[in-house]
Amino acid sequence: MLTPEAPLALLAELTHRCPLRCPYCSNPTELTRAAGELATAEWARVFQEASALGCLQVHLSGGEPTARRDIVEIVAAARAAGLYTNLITAGVLLDGALMERLFAAGLDHVQLSVQDADEAGAERIGGLRGAHAKKCAAAALVKRAGLPLTLNAVVHRQNLHNLPRLIELALEWGAARIEVAHVQYYGWALANRAALLPTRAQLDDATGIVEAARIAHRGRLVIDYVVPDYHAARPKPCMGGWGRRFLAVSPAGNVLPCHAAESITGMTFANVRTTSLAEAWTGSDAFNAFRGTAWMPKPCQGCEHAERDWGGCRCQAFALTGNAASTDPACALSPDHGLLAAAVAEAGDPSFRYRNFS
Amino acid sequence: MIPRFAPGVRLQEDKARGRWIVMAPERMFIPDETALEVLRLVDGTRDERAIVAALAARFAAPAEVIAGDVRMMIEDLTARGALTC
Repeated sequence: MLTPEAPLALLAELTHRCPLRCPYCSNPTELTRAAGELATAEWARVFQEASALGCLQVHLSGGEPTARRDIVEIVAAARAAGLYTNLITAGVLLDGALMERLFAAGLDHVQLSVQDADEAGAERIGGLRGAHAKKCAAAALVKRAGLPLTLNAVVHRQNLHNLPRLIELALEWGAARIEVAHVQYYGWALANRAALLPTRAQLDDATGIVEAARIAHRGRLVIDYVVPDYHAARPKPCMGGWGRRFLAVSPAGNVLPCHAAESITGMTFANVRTTSLAEAWTGSDAFNAFRGTAWMPKPCQGCEHAERDWGGCRCQAFALTGNAASTDPACALSPDHGLLAAAVAEAGDPSFRYRNFS
Repeated sequence: MIPRFAPGVRLQEDKARGRWIVMAPERMFIPDETALEVLRLVDGTRDERAIVAALAARFAAPAEVIAGDVRMMIEDLTARGALTC
């Protein structure tokens, strides 16, 4: 067995509860209910273990992390463990009092999601009326607290026409960074793929807009850009390689190599209630299944890109081929590469299947 | 002029790897030894001259030599978004 390097970051998915119902939600299609969530003290222990293992930062995510009543205690526990603490939020539950308490607890950074640049679009995509105005107010609260703000704009077929306005919104709201992230297709997003996949022309326009905006706003706004791989010839180096840099803990305590790993049917996970994070990282089947290069099939095996893209995304390989150990079909060398072009050709139905608890 | 960490930026010990890291929103970098000495003295109250004096005392070196290094280091860290002045 390989002795893995220490992870750098922990994604803590505190809850699956969320007032929004985005059709591309990265949560699994089978959502955990409140009764199954880890308790405050369990998260505090996870943060201590993550820090001892080598993690430098924690992303507090969900669902909506502020839907937890103990979010302030959770932030304080993350800081007490010595972690750089990033809150990934939809912002609709944030008010002035909560913002002050989060700041006092040691929160370092806020990443605020935005569904579209105009109210009607944003509220149709997020499935929550009144959300957009609340997000605008939340951005102001973050700035008033003196915390750095990143806007997270997930982009797709139905909002890409507003990309220039989303970038303007980041400037208006005082964000120093915006992440323009094309939807990645597993879980809910896969179920909504026909409504969300952009055309090649949309993608090329978006890339051009981002490149121009980076130059226009240099020194004021950093733009991170996550490209969609349905139009790609090379897969993304998902998670920087399975079990190499990141680990995630689900609301119920499962230790995951990737937040979408539970979409791989048949894979079993260590749980923080019975296993230490260090044991899960070094010894669990889930992490070792696709660590390194030995597991790789042809054409990855021996490929010059093997240690650059790590064979792409395991969840996407499973979602599209039924086998998590196959080459990511986003790679042009994959025998299944044609599946992507076929999906793009079939896209166009604008109706959403909104995220919900089944 | 008092150098301060930019919002969301702080110096953090990476105990597992025996080093210090500058943590910033969604990014991090490893300061070299000189940068680390300067950053450890950035506390929101010391001005640049006080930082130079502290380093000169610590390394028993002339303040005018240290001053040039500190100036360059602060300019570099400011350009990288870690400090504001």
